[in-house]
Amino acid sequence: MSRIAATFKNLKQNNRKALIPFITAGDPDQAMTILLMHELVNVGADIIELGVPFSDPMADGPTIQRSYERALKHNISLENVLEIVAEFRKTDTETPVVLMGYANPIEAIGRQKFSVRAKECGVDGVLVVDYPPEECEEWLESLELNRMDAIFLLSPTTPERRIQQIAKRAKGFVYYVSLKGVTGSAHLDLNEVSNKLIDLRSHISIPIGVGFGIHDSVTAKAVSELADAVVVGSRIMKEIEESPREKILINISEFVGSLRTAIDK
Amino acid sequence: MAKNYNLPDMQGHFGSYGGTFVAETLIAALEELRDQYEYYRNDVDFQQEYARELKFYVGRPSPIYHAKRWSELLGGAQILLKREDLNHTGAHKINNTIGQALLAKRMGKKRIIAETGAGQHGVASATVAARYGMECVVYMGSEDMKRQAPNVYRMKLLGATVVPVDSGSKTLKDALNEAMRDWVTNVEDTFYIIGTVAGPHPYPMMVRDFQAIIGRESILQMQEEYGCQPDTLIACVGGGSNAIGLFYPYIDNKNVSMIGVEAAGLGINSGKHAATLLTGKPGVLHGNRTYLVQDGDGQIVETHSISAGLDYPGVGPEHAWLKDIGRAQYVGITDDEAMEAFDMLCRHEGIIPALESSHALAYAAKIAPTLDKDKLLLINLSGRGDKDIDTVAKASGVVF
Repeated sequence: MSRIAATFKNLKQNNRKALIPFITAGDPDQAMTILLMHELVNVGADIIELGVPFSDPMADGPTIQRSYERALKHNISLENVLEIVAEFRKTDTETPVVLMGYANPIEAIGRQKFSVRAKECGVDGVLVVDYPPEECEEWLESLELNRMDAIFLLSPTTPERRIQQIAKRAKGFVYYVSLKGVTGSAHLDLNEVSNKLIDLRSHISIPIGVGFGIHDSVTAKAVSELADAVVVGSRIMKEIEESPREKILINISEFVGSLRTAIDK
Repeated sequence: MAKNYNLPDMQGHFGSYGGTFVAETLIAALEELRDQYEYYRNDVDFQQEYARELKFYVGRPSPIYHAKRWSELLGGAQILLKREDLNHTGAHKINNTIGQALLAKRMGKKRIIAETGAGQHGVASATVAARYGMECVVYMGSEDMKRQAPNVYRMKLLGATVVPVDSGSKTLKDALNEAMRDWVTNVEDTFYIIGTVAGPHPYPMMVRDFQAIIGRESILQMQEEYGCQPDTLIACVGGGSNAIGLFYPYIDNKNVSMIGVEAAGLGINSGKHAATLLTGKPGVLHGNRTYLVQDGDGQIVETHSISAGLDYPGVGPEHAWLKDIGRAQYVGITDDEAMEAFDMLCRHEGIIPALESSHALAYAAKIAPTLDKDKLLLINLSGRGDKDIDTVAKASGVVF
């Protein structure tokens, strides 16, 4: 069983929901990212989503784009991101790590070569924002060959026919973006999410994570009652952006800890 | 006209290029657009309205002008100019914005958005929005806004809102990112008019189809005026819409060679250029697979050209394909060479060309002297240069 599947199985047995924080690899720097990953696990993260910086993150809002720009300022490459995961794995062999990013840095390495290397470094799943199911057959093969999960996005506008198409290919969990727009957007309509999840569950047997628009304990708790996993990204990156370097760990620890407490309540 | 060339395929692929590389959030909008466009491209009413607008609003057909004095001076092949600069708004961009706006209208979208580099596409979008009574928001890199201030003002006069984009390199590619974000967020009432033959399917195909009026007219006009077709077509390539517009109807006519001219900026070896097909390698950006100017890590690199309209690190996927199969040839022209051609056309023909088009002119000037006098070079004079006089003055050390 994959680390992601094992994590969800374990959570289910304990009647708990997954908390999946997103952080940008290399913001503010590589060393801090590794410290943050361990701290996120300490305060209750079940899976870590690591953003791979890209110069043109079309599907992200300004907060995550700025974090990518900060990381790219000191030339964080996809290889550096993999080194971060390898370093993290030296002391944590349990917590799944999912990479989230865009196609081009992967294609620059080569899809097959990247997959081999990512597996070697301890990556469990990869979400490539701009590989929709119709453009990624070769990519899926290389992930499967290296026993990593292909994580897919589903959106409020995804029609039923596509949900089925994605359900066939998705592994690990699917990531439902709970609103239209880009990461870091403000409004979250819980009723809409609730209705859509009922729809999704009739086609999808693996766990469903919900993200986009979750910014505090209240929204995290509300979403956790509907979904299998809660994904929080922009709000964390905003905290990192606004914290002085020496305060980053403690501030992130407090914020993510408060989400955990709220979800478990 | 026999049609052997039939790309893209149903999924928008030109060989391994093109496609739909976007986040799931955009797929539904693109599918709607693809279906609607598929319907209206075969709809007689739509095509008739489009033709009427081109004739009475844009002022088409644009003439083919024989630049005799300049040809004589160059002492070789004859230079013919397809005068897209004479279109309403002063460039080829309006051929496409009219088409997309008519489509938007039929799809019931009340708001249009656009990205712009040089400002020509922004002006063309603001123009059609005013013409059809739609709200218009134009995204423009803040760097480009400085370089193209008169066009910014023009858009505002036409009632558009111009939104400065401060992310990344603050140029065309970032404006495109920002427009995509707007579209994802407001997809229900908003139509995104992409200005070039890039972006996800169906844009490269749709923009090409609307721009193909350039080449279709040329075929008729050449036959009428000269009784033959040109030996070579020359057009500048940033994203590549004016070039594909001229090239596309000629693809099956193998007697006509095609040359796309990229911006070599300060020189191909300087690292400061926008010569995507000459120096880039294939990758994925802005929804399609194509050649990209990128570093070894797959990050998109800032490009440079004196002409904002060519300052783009990608290129239309169909050009990538035409390059790979050898049907079109792609070359580079530096800022200085383009400036020289700009001067030549001003002084010897009384035409102020856009700096973008000056790249195509410069390459024509390079090869014309090496060719016989009976050879015909058809250059797409894609836009007028009034917008560029500040840039030219500055580059020449003139202060107003």
